[in-house]
Amino acid sequence: MIANDRRLDRRAAMRALLENRGDLLLVTGLGSTTWDAAAVGDDDRNFYLWGAMGAAAMLGLGLALARPERRILVVTGDGEMLMGLGALATIGVQRPQNLALAVFDNGRYGETGMQASHTDGTVNLTGVARACGIEQVFDIADEAALRHFTGLVHSAEATLFARVAIRAEDPPRVLPLRDGVLLKARFRRAIGAEGA
Amino acid sequence: MADWRDEIFAALKAAEIRQVGYVPDAGHARLIELCHDDPEIRAVPLTTEEEGVALAAGAWLGGQRTALLMQSSGVGNCINMLSLAKTCRFPLVVLVAMRGEWAEFNPWQVPMGSRMRTALELCDVLVYRVERPEEAAETVTAALDIAYNGDLATAVLLAQRLIGAKRWVK
Repeated sequence: MIANDRRLDRRAAMRALLENRGDLLLVTGLGSTTWDAAAVGDDDRNFYLWGAMGAAAMLGLGLALARPERRILVVTGDGEMLMGLGALATIGVQRPQNLALAVFDNGRYGETGMQASHTDGTVNLTGVARACGIEQVFDIADEAALRHFTGLVHSAEATLFARVAIRAEDPPRVLPLRDGVLLKARFRRAIGAEGA
Repeated sequence: MADWRDEIFAALKAAEIRQVGYVPDAGHARLIELCHDDPEIRAVPLTTEEEGVALAAGAWLGGQRTALLMQSSGVGNCINMLSLAKTCRFPLVVLVAMRGEWAEFNPWQVPMGSRMRTALELCDVLVYRVERPEEAAETVTAALDIAYNGDLATAVLLAQRLIGAKRWVK
């Protein structure tokens, strides 16, 4: 990391979030956070969104409510979160104790040419999350804060929201499986949800 | 005979529905109330209908069955999100309270009300329609069966004539 750069490397941030993941379940959003998770390593308990922009947080909510005994981490980007911003209001009302949201925020639409997103302008995602009733909200720009948050992902009895400031970089793409039926089936098998 | 709304609720219970996402509609008011009162069902109010398509997918990843309640105008909000159900073959059951058809007072409801069936079918959602109270529960059960046995997306349209046109002028 460059000294005084108040933003993290996205791949290193994903690696830190998934270190010693135990039985953590992961949902990633279209698109760069999906490549970040694949770069860390494929896992049957990863559900990668390749489309349906805006779905990640709500998909995490449905999963968290269905499996209260498991820990759920959603990692998505600022653009994907902005498209489903209402999900923060819906999650703020439900507040499951086993759901953590981490938004990798580079203030850019990285997949489409690095155009500025609303978070590069006036929009503060931690403020939105707090105003929606999510009580444990973190603004993360260094490794120590990220480590602290990662610990809470495994232990906190509260809905967590973190904005993770990342640099606007476009690392080499690492593409996971893109067959949605297979991603769904292997995830359900891995967590014993098949009989439902 | 029991009210058809209570019979739909009994059909959801019999199918072991555990999460119900909804955007309120007068036509679903009774069902929403019953879902909130049931300790086995998590009723989840949504800010927009497309959230419910993603909620249903997440619940199914975790092994729970869901139903999604909305008004016909809300179907339009779901179009891109339905790609999640289609691409991954997530089961989906949407109960749609119709507006913009029988004796509709508000013309702004008509564009979606008159075109959403076509829109759903273009998205490969199987569409069933209920006109009469005695058909309601069995149609919902049929949709639940085909959705959860076949990993398919379905919608049941509850006709405005069945629900009763909204009264605007007292």
